[in-house]
Amino acid sequence: MSLLQIRNLHAQVGGHEILKGIDLTVNAGEVHSIMGPNGSGKSTLAQVLSRHQAFEVTGGEILFNGKDLLAMKPEEAACEGVFMAFQYPVEIPGIGNAYFVRTALNAIRKYRGLDELDAMDFLPLYREKMRLLDMDEKFMNRSVNEGFSGGEKKRNEILQMAMLEPRLAILDETDSGLDIDALRIVAQGVNVMRSPERAMIVVTHYQRLLNYIAPDFVHVLVDGRILRSGGPELALELEDKGYGWIETEAGQIAPASA
Amino acid sequence: MAVQTAQLESYLESFTDFTRAHASATPDWLRTLREEAFVRFCEVGFPTTRDEDWRFTNLSALVRTPFRLVRGNRAALAVSDLAPWIIENALARLVFVDGLFAPALSTIGSLPNGVVVDSLASEIARQNTANGAAAVAKHLGRYLDTRRDPFCALNTAFLEDGAFVHVARGVALGAELGAGIARPIHLLFVSTAGSESAPSPTPSMTHPRNLIVVEEEAQATIVEDYVSFGAEIPAFSNAATELVARGNSTVEHFMVEREHLQSFNFSTLRIEQARSANVVSHSLLSGGALVRNNVHPVLAGEGGECLINGLFVGSGRQHLDNYMLVEHASPHCASRQFYNGILDQRAHGVFHGRIIVHKDAQKTDAKQTNRNLLLADDAQIDTKPQLEIYADDVKCTHGATIGQIEDNALFYLRARGIGEIEARRLLLEAFAGECLGRIKPGAAHDYAHSVVEARLVSLAAPAPASSLTAESPERNLDSHWEEVG
Amino acid sequence: MGSSTETIRDLTQQDYKWGFVTDIESERVPRGLTEDTIRLISAKKHEPEFMLDWRLRAFRHWASLEKAQAEPKWANVHYGPIDYQDIIYYSAPKQKPNLKSLNELDPEILRTYEKLGIPLAEQQRLAGVAVDAVFDSVSVATTFKEKLGELGIVFCSFSEAVEKYPELVKQYLGTVVPHTDNFFAALNAAVFSDGSFVYVPKGVRCPMELSTYFRINAAETGQFERTLIIADEGAYVSYLEGCTAPIRDENQLHAAVVELIALDNAQIKYSTVQNWYPGDKQGRGGIYNFVTKRGKCAGINSKISWTQVETGSAITWKYPGCILQGDNSVGEFYSVALTNNYQQADTGTKMIHLGKNTRSTIVSKGISAGHGQNTYRGMVKILKGATGARNYTQCDSLLIGDQCGAHTFPYIEVKNSTARMEHEASTSKIGEDQIFYLQQRGLKAEEAVSMIVNGFCKQVFRELPMEFAVEAQKLLGISLEGSVG
Repeated sequence: MSLLQIRNLHAQVGGHEILKGIDLTVNAGEVHSIMGPNGSGKSTLAQVLSRHQAFEVTGGEILFNGKDLLAMKPEEAACEGVFMAFQYPVEIPGIGNAYFVRTALNAIRKYRGLDELDAMDFLPLYREKMRLLDMDEKFMNRSVNEGFSGGEKKRNEILQMAMLEPRLAILDETDSGLDIDALRIVAQGVNVMRSPERAMIVVTHYQRLLNYIAPDFVHVLVDGRILRSGGPELALELEDKGYGWIETEAGQIAPASA
Repeated sequence: MAVQTAQLESYLESFTDFTRAHASATPDWLRTLREEAFVRFCEVGFPTTRDEDWRFTNLSALVRTPFRLVRGNRAALAVSDLAPWIIENALARLVFVDGLFAPALSTIGSLPNGVVVDSLASEIARQNTANGAAAVAKHLGRYLDTRRDPFCALNTAFLEDGAFVHVARGVALGAELGAGIARPIHLLFVSTAGSESAPSPTPSMTHPRNLIVVEEEAQATIVEDYVSFGAEIPAFSNAATELVARGNSTVEHFMVEREHLQSFNFSTLRIEQARSANVVSHSLLSGGALVRNNVHPVLAGEGGECLINGLFVGSGRQHLDNYMLVEHASPHCASRQFYNGILDQRAHGVFHGRIIVHKDAQKTDAKQTNRNLLLADDAQIDTKPQLEIYADDVKCTHGATIGQIEDNALFYLRARGIGEIEARRLLLEAFAGECLGRIKPGAAHDYAHSVVEARLVSLAAPAPASSLTAESPERNLDSHWEEVG
Repeated sequence: MGSSTETIRDLTQQDYKWGFVTDIESERVPRGLTEDTIRLISAKKHEPEFMLDWRLRAFRHWASLEKAQAEPKWANVHYGPIDYQDIIYYSAPKQKPNLKSLNELDPEILRTYEKLGIPLAEQQRLAGVAVDAVFDSVSVATTFKEKLGELGIVFCSFSEAVEKYPELVKQYLGTVVPHTDNFFAALNAAVFSDGSFVYVPKGVRCPMELSTYFRINAAETGQFERTLIIADEGAYVSYLEGCTAPIRDENQLHAAVVELIALDNAQIKYSTVQNWYPGDKQGRGGIYNFVTKRGKCAGINSKISWTQVETGSAITWKYPGCILQGDNSVGEFYSVALTNNYQQADTGTKMIHLGKNTRSTIVSKGISAGHGQNTYRGMVKILKGATGARNYTQCDSLLIGDQCGAHTFPYIEVKNSTARMEHEASTSKIGEDQIFYLQQRGLKAEEAVSMIVNGFCKQVFRELPMEFAVEAQKLLGISLEGSVG
């Protein structure tokens, strides 16, 4: 059975249809990349998968691990193993990073019938993952994302992913705003998470990230539909030719792209 | 007002000469650009302190000095003259003497494919034949606001030369060493008004103009560096830089001002940031009599991030004015302004941080902090935060502090056996270190560090009474140059 | 809106649960305010001559202000005219004149305090907290009096203090908040009926929290209590106050005065959890909470710390401040003010620096929800002699929904150049995206909201004594009902 099956998914926000029939199957162990121009619906798909309530699903279904994902609240999806690395991670002033991750980890463990971790069990694990992402220990007690640079926020997302060990990780534009060195660190953090049990969906506007996180499959999303699917070579083709090529080929009117 | 009119006439004279000299080799678009800008300058004239943007900076000394363009023979500099200002390990060095490119002093090594580092004048002369020249026509003059700022108008009117840097898509320029060590492109602007070989001792003006275009997913580090050579004769440097950071690019830019104490240095860095672009601007103001540094980023694409980091160190009667205009024009952008000022004797510092959050720029996160150390009773700082917010879901914070070197801290260090001057230097260094700590490691960082360190050594020493007058040279100023590099 | 919003709304749809009325016979003076009212109140309390004189002076001053229509109008709050002749200025439960023990107290009153969670009876008392219970205009009971008496600490009702310690009262009454201070302070001085009095003698550290619990019960009355706390040299005391009132459609006036005096090396920590009836969801009824609170750090190295959690009242007008007179004295103000529905709050602090090396810290957290309007108004004044004074101000606003407002008015006046000032301010909005982020990490919506609000208020909560911190957290959870989305 596939880990994730999306069938004919339609979604809208504020009466405006954004996803116009998405079909996608993701198996455990696979890394899929979803690429597309601005406004194509990439982020919407990521948000729907993590059950953001602002997007109304008007048709289709999503099975996650055989369960109806669309019936789940965001926290249920999270507890079932869906993790999203946010494009714009949110700041929570006054709440320390370590405390926050432990609260989240314990909420998920509780849902799965596991014992909660106390600080003594948690902290060594957390420290180890911080080292992996080249993060200073002082981040541990700083408020969640508060005063972080864009790069630090992105690293913090991957740190949380490493701690929560999801079954499906969705990376929403995790490369944006990173310089080459930060990108390497983030990519390394993601790559050590690749495993036969875990799937990843890498949403990106730019091709550069895929030089560091090699996808098994690439899908091109334009105007709410997947117009092309292929292997990693598709990403390179896109870099050369831009999105216009696929849009024209598919007979679409090209929306303005940056 | 009478003075103003007289001076505008002197600028008109200069402009007429300038246009005549360039009549043959100027493309139409450039001629129009210059002429329109000059008209705008004449309409507006020099600002006065009644103008909110210039409230703390009196320009009368600048206005009444008859500056002329440096024409004809320029001072002949040798590469060895540049020794104090060399950045070891720079990727390329472009040297401009009194505003014009000096190829013999410059070095441009081998650059990756798609990267152009050249003088703006020669790119313009190529007339759209090359890749880079196309970028010139596309971007030059498109971002700078000549309506708001008469100095930008003046710069555009006399637009002639400067640096042109174009980094092609995906190229991480100068980052090939890895481990976060970036190699910069060094743009060195030398004013030679008072050098022995200079043609005349009259006050001179230059209007360097730079265009930096960093394409999508590319990366670059640029150092703009203003220095003087020779004796102290009034000189007016009025620079403008347009920096275009396209989608997902990362750019680190430095503005280093350390001209001599008769210099008027005006500069504008106008940054245009596209989606997810990440720009860092460092301003280090140390020299000059009257200095105004404008940093004006427009966060035009979603998810952009901008850090404006500054350190200004003044003594004698220096006037150092830092003007920031941060425009949030798109959602989810973050801007940070951190400025530290150290002012001694009768120096006057200004921090004017204006943040505009446009209507659609929801989820803006803007922060501004200005910290100042006053080392003498007559030193002065005017700090003015100004927030204009037209969106309703934003986070804006600002903070300002004014303080002195803490006696307790000084005493503590001395009680451990450190001499008073050394102790003061350590404390100043710690304060300046907050700014230096925001610079990414690499050659530019080390260079900035040495510039600041040399400046602080002089401040830590007790002031001789004579240095309070504007006429006297900055203490040990020349010796700093020797220590640098 | 999304289901997260609904969850929160369902979970927290609770009404003001302290809104019940105790059925009890009370003794009142006739409606209205004249000199006779003052004489009557004073007579009922068997006050000595000096008190009556003091009251009458205050009344005459107030009457002149009223005639001149000098009720303060500068606050950012809006309410209809108050008819000062339509208020009952004294209301006391009928009881035996001299209670020998709590057993003689009306069981209805005992039950009232039990319902409020403040058991007064010996066997149920909160360990470590001594309570003075003020019911309408009078203090009805004070616990742990004897135990405190052994240390020489006086903790009693104001009336009892006037009777037993007239010299202390005479020496300090009105020295921090004179009756001429403002309109409401004058009114209070004229008509105040009771309140708490604390005196901690030299070198004594008060071993338990002292607490006053204010309850307005009777209709159409105003409550005008007055609290005076004196910490003698080297003494320490932590004092808490809590307040509630029944649900009534009319607005009721509460105009209290609190004076704190800290002598050399003394410390006073004053914490408030204010939960007067805030009015209903349409903004009908509720308490007008017009309060003057001020502390004087009279001695060297003294410290006064105000912590307030303001969740109740239709209108709050309150600026607990510190006069930092002694050298090295410290003033602190930590505040969480919440306005929901149609509540209005204009609150902040005044820090007046007179002594050398005086320090003040201001941390203000405003939360606005519904149609609530929340204003921070703070003044920091550093006078000529206050060499080495320091202030840190942090002022954050959290908006929930888009009908509410947050306003910030900081006033800074510095007359000494050695002053060090720091100011930070922010306004942010709690939204679906913040809640969603936490949910995506596995937390439930209500856990998410509580985490966000607690994080926001953390700096203030950690200043509260433990029991109060828990209560404040609970209170905030409830006051935010239905406000998300």
